Amino acid sequence: MTVKIVEAAFDPWQALPAYQQSVSTLAGKFGATSVFVGTLRDFNEGDEINGMHLEHYPGMTEKQLEKIIANAQQQWRLLDVLVVHRVGAILPNEPIVLVAVWSSHRGDAFDASRFIMEALKSQAPFWKKEYLVKGGERWVLKNTDGYQL
Amino acid sequence: MTITVHYFASLKETLGRSDDELSITDAITVRQVWQLANPEMPVPPNLLAAVNMEYVELDFLVADDDKVAFFPPVTGG
Repeated sequence: MTVKIVEAAFDPWQALPAYQQSVSTLAGKFGATSVFVGTLRDFNEGDEINGMHLEHYPGMTEKQLEKIIANAQQQWRLLDVLVVHRVGAILPNEPIVLVAVWSSHRGDAFDASRFIMEALKSQAPFWKKEYLVKGGERWVLKNTDGYQL
Repeated sequence: MTITVHYFASLKETLGRSDDELSITDAITVRQVWQLANPEMPVPPNLLAAVNMEYVELDFLVADDDKVAFFPPVTGG
């Protein structure tokens, strides 16, 4: 597994093949890759957003993400997991998070990536502060439940 | 014993500081750490706590050199 916390903007569609090619044990073994990319919208709760600051708890963030992935690895047959998460100043349309799961079969990949993403949302110590187009800033108070419409 | 306390996000802004260092003589819970460090502020609802980077309940007993962290609900992803 690999967990990366990055301050600079990243392109998940470049990071993904680069990582995959760097892990020699994956070659020929994976039949399924499930990928989730979370991106900053330019709106939230009825307001236009022109940026965000993402704070985190260095050390605990990595520890919790590794724990979440280890938990997923116990529940599903996974070959590898990559999680990349931005911190710092983020602009609309920039990716915030990448979760990629490699497995032999799609069921494990689909289910584990969903599990990792939902656990990240409720357990990884990140906090978002939004900057509003109309002026002002506000902390996001809680994440929405990914299983509710 | 010495306990280090860290605050994050909106809590850090409200308190106007990011860290405290407490010297205590008896074993105390995480809730008591909050009360000792912030006698002017009741324990916020939805407060999350960690000791040495692992989530704990507020009745968890802290030990010497522990790093306690207090923060609001997390909102990453």
